Amino acid sequence: MSATENATLKSEMVRRGSLHLINVPRIKRWGAYYVLEARIRNMSKWKFSILAASIGSPLFYLISVGIGVGSFINSHSAGRGIDGVKYMTFLAPALLAQVAIQDGLSEVTFPTLQGFKWEKNFFAMNSTPLTGRHIAVGTWLSAIARISLTVVAYIAIMYTFGAIHGWSPLLAIFTAVLGSAAFSALMMGATAAIKNDDMFLTLLQRVAIMPLFLFSGTFYPLKSMPEFLQWIGWCSPVWHATELGRWLTYDHPLNGNSLLIHFSYFAVMLVGGLWFAIRTFEKRLAK
Amino acid sequence: MTSNFRIGDPLIRASKLRKEFGDFTAVNGIDFEVRKGESFGFLGPNGAGKSTTMRIIAATLTRTSGEITILDKDPEVHGPEIRAHLGVVPQQDNLDAALTVEDNLYIYGRYFGLSKKFIRNKIEELLEFAQLEEKRSVKVEALSGGMKRRLTIARALISEPEILMLDEPTTGLDPQARHILWDRLFRLKEQGVTLLITTHFMDEAEQLCDRLMVMDKGSIMAEDSPASLIKNFATKEVLEVRFGSGRNVELADTLRTHCDRIEVLPDRVLMYAESGEDLLHRLVSNGLQPLTSLVRRSSLEDVFLRLTGRTLVD
Repeated sequence: MSATENATLKSEMVRRGSLHLINVPRIKRWGAYYVLEARIRNMSKWKFSILAASIGSPLFYLISVGIGVGSFINSHSAGRGIDGVKYMTFLAPALLAQVAIQDGLSEVTFPTLQGFKWEKNFFAMNSTPLTGRHIAVGTWLSAIARISLTVVAYIAIMYTFGAIHGWSPLLAIFTAVLGSAAFSALMMGATAAIKNDDMFLTLLQRVAIMPLFLFSGTFYPLKSMPEFLQWIGWCSPVWHATELGRWLTYDHPLNGNSLLIHFSYFAVMLVGGLWFAIRTFEKRLAK
Repeated sequence: MTSNFRIGDPLIRASKLRKEFGDFTAVNGIDFEVRKGESFGFLGPNGAGKSTTMRIIAATLTRTSGEITILDKDPEVHGPEIRAHLGVVPQQDNLDAALTVEDNLYIYGRYFGLSKKFIRNKIEELLEFAQLEEKRSVKVEALSGGMKRRLTIARALISEPEILMLDEPTTGLDPQARHILWDRLFRLKEQGVTLLITTHFMDEAEQLCDRLMVMDKGSIMAEDSPASLIKNFATKEVLEVRFGSGRNVELADTLRTHCDRIEVLPDRVLMYAESGEDLLHRLVSNGLQPLTSLVRRSSLEDVFLRLTGRTLVD
């Protein structure tokens, strides 16, 4: 060993010891925030790919389907479009709901698999005072942060394209985030329960997310589907979020009962999903 | 929690500690005590129950039965309160590969709720300690195995833990990286940090541990200082002789008449004696000419062989 290596470390601080340094009640209160902070630091390393995926894909849909298919539909409906509005206005809230759900899903599935399987960094977090509840809630909050950013950017694009007008569409930010936050909580729990992740993400995307996107009244009203296929939309978070988004961005009619159903659907999914996720995280960390 | 522990006070107390996974008993009712400031080692082969015991101490795995307290607290009731004072170095590095060296230290410090200012100062000290100053802005995925290991140890020290737990700290490292790590761990011990180490390397156990618990199949086979274990369970020297394949077993009974104890391994015979040279002379003068011979001091490997009938690395 060299002389340098044997020399006393020059920057050594006076050791105070963890018994004097650490405030456990504070960590119990703020643990999820520390996880969120770490996740945001991690996300910032991928900011360009995140932005490209989050904004690029719905933007292309809006241009190709909204403008392309839209001009075709508008010209064949004597300018009445669909649901009493031009096609772009009809389509945009559905794409908003879809992009929010897609983003939320990416932000809970990848980190959860990374944390439990690929890099096992959830176990590193759990070797500190952080608990499974902190890790689950912090990861979920980071998904909400990303969803919020995407949704706000997407709303701005919708205004730029003239798909929405006035102030009330701004409230659709809340419903889009709510829908995605609820679904993300549930899917985070499901991902944490997965033991063998081979094909999991591919299957999730192709067998669950893609059909939800296609069968949730995204491109046409759900009622125009045969009745035996409409149930997919009724179960789908994309449809519930789309209905609320359309209600807020233009005058898509929703009565009190429908509103109650849509909000209750998300409230139950959010509370149940979060409970399930926390429980699954705690169980898996203790194995 | 207040600092009322002094050097020599028991920090960990376990009694009849047991852990079962279904039908498999990983830890079979063990008792031990670890005192502040000592370097305590769990020595045993893979599957001996070392890592399971470590996870119970780290308050991340529940016990099936028995009692254990860490810093006078029950890990099943006060998990976060205990983990706040532990530095954990797992067997496999679980760093965030997409983040830089510095970021990994920073986020880990935040998990302990430490202030940003404290962490920034501490990072400087730890980068120097781990000899990673030049790598501070490099992503973890670009580091060598030894660097990752040093970073994992540095990360565990960010909260100035009372107990540093190292699970197989040098497995997979080259000899030079191992010696650098041992040096760093020795410095920590000098600062009064209690070290808890699992290893299946006898030289590591001898170098680092004041006291050792030899484990096999979930049970404690012996517990003492490395020197005392060797003194109590092995002779001063060992003569290793090879007579060629097949002949080792054939000659076992004859060899046994020349010393108190022998161990017949697939490739050689170990003969335990106070003087290996004298024993070798006796063998040769009796017409037993080995193909090769080696006299060495007894080690913990011999202790383990004596206690379990098996070698540490199967």
